[in-house]
Amino acid sequence: MVDTKIDLAGLSLDNPIIPASGTFGYGKEFAEFYDLDVLGSISIKGTTREARYGNPLPRIAECTDGMLNSVGLQNPGLEAVCDTELKDLAELFHKPVVANISGFSLDEYVACAEVMDKQPNVGIIEVNISCPNVHCGGMSFGVDPASAAEVTAAVKNVTTKPVFMKLTPNVTDIVAIAKACEDAGADGISLINTLLGMRIDLKKRQPVLANKMGGFSGPAIFPVAVRMVYQVSKAVNIPIMGMGGISSTRDVIEMMMAGATAVQVGAANLVNPYTCRDLVTGLPGAMASLGIERLADIIGIAE
Amino acid sequence: MKRQYLVIESIRRLKNDVYYMTFTGDCHEVSAPGQFINIKVGGFYLRRPISICDYDIGHISIAFKVVGAGTQKMALAEKGDLVDVLMPLGNGFDVSKGGRNPILVAGGIGVPPIYCLAKDMVGRGEKPRVICGFNNADDVLPMTKFNEIGIDPTITTMDGSVGMKGLVTDAMYEEQYDYVYACGPEPMLKAVWSLAPDGQFSFEARMACGFGACMGCSCQTKYGSKRICKDGPVLYREEIIW
Repeated sequence: MVDTKIDLAGLSLDNPIIPASGTFGYGKEFAEFYDLDVLGSISIKGTTREARYGNPLPRIAECTDGMLNSVGLQNPGLEAVCDTELKDLAELFHKPVVANISGFSLDEYVACAEVMDKQPNVGIIEVNISCPNVHCGGMSFGVDPASAAEVTAAVKNVTTKPVFMKLTPNVTDIVAIAKACEDAGADGISLINTLLGMRIDLKKRQPVLANKMGGFSGPAIFPVAVRMVYQVSKAVNIPIMGMGGISSTRDVIEMMMAGATAVQVGAANLVNPYTCRDLVTGLPGAMASLGIERLADIIGIAE
Repeated sequence: MKRQYLVIESIRRLKNDVYYMTFTGDCHEVSAPGQFINIKVGGFYLRRPISICDYDIGHISIAFKVVGAGTQKMALAEKGDLVDVLMPLGNGFDVSKGGRNPILVAGGIGVPPIYCLAKDMVGRGEKPRVICGFNNADDVLPMTKFNEIGIDPTITTMDGSVGMKGLVTDAMYEEQYDYVYACGPEPMLKAVWSLAPDGQFSFEARMACGFGACMGCSCQTKYGSKRICKDGPVLYREEIIW
């Protein structure tokens, strides 16, 4: 019998499969398809202090082996997420969840982190630093090591639970940013967020997305994600949640060999809602066929 | 709602770039006209959401227009092919909330779900009036299925090549009604909405999941944001914000 258990920053997960933020809502829709308790954890829809309607439609564009989205962090806001969504999720999923938070200023990150830290079913706080910093000319917090470190330290200052910084791949040196987060006290790194992309409607001769650009996800970005997880895992001593285009058990194993302790699955949930359940059930067989007894043994095994 | 495989029972070209496809399989969960299925097309990442045109416990049919490479590929499907679908999706029309004197208005590829609704109403002993609008004679879809259930829709074309010249709203001026069910392109829905005292309007949107997870098709309504795929595609007149 193979062992799929992993330890993620002190949290023991039955398996490393975690639906990624923004592709799984708060679990409700997927609970109609399968029992959520098979999952290792769930990363909830990105939460901001205030409710956000998000971007105008169209928000979705298709790509070869992937998609663009410009949803724009639509969410009901911190209070509603804690009062309603997290409580409802606790009825459907009986394990700790990953609370994904976003902000457009340090204050907003701190406010979200403080409240999320107190929620009983939150096991990990995942800080998305891909949003534009409104106090700093709109440049994303995550593209600069100093501002990434600043958010990390501010969030760590108000939390007791493990904090994972979710990094954007749209940078020249992902390692420098990951290290800055580690030095500022991060307990882990989540990567990669979506790659910035664009499609143009040939008939309309205009961008498909109302917001013009959007985040590129899906199997097409998997090699980029593997590369970044590999680079970062060699440079830091904190665990990594690896994500970006994962859709098969082989992808899960590859991402873990690259250095991920757990994996998140995003776009694939939208195409096949059973993806995460199928990964969980398929993992032992895939491990056995590759001679892997303990999944934890292969983390970062690729030299 | 579930993911399942349906078998293509038949596929034929209805008119120019519009195709009619029938499937067999477990369709017992389909509960209302206006619901849709989300179809996986080989070689394409996202599914294609298409309204149900007709259904019973073991069959459904759809009519779709070729608008891009994905629907082009769908048009090449053959009898006997297995198709991966998520279904049924969306709320659909609710005739129990309709008025005493309704009219059904469809535009272009919005006709199939309106046929589905008309058939449902005929099954309830009603004989709904239907208006179908098209650009020109080339686009006019066959009305055979309507005729089979005893309905003779009023046809409008922009250029007057078939039926009444003008828009569906021009035909609406000639009718008395207290409730409107509509499906068609958004400019048509907006024009129909402005003439409708009350009604239900079926919207179209670019979607990723089709079952409410991704927020890719959320729109603002008077009662907060709604997902076209899950809370719609049918919205009620009073909640729509243009």
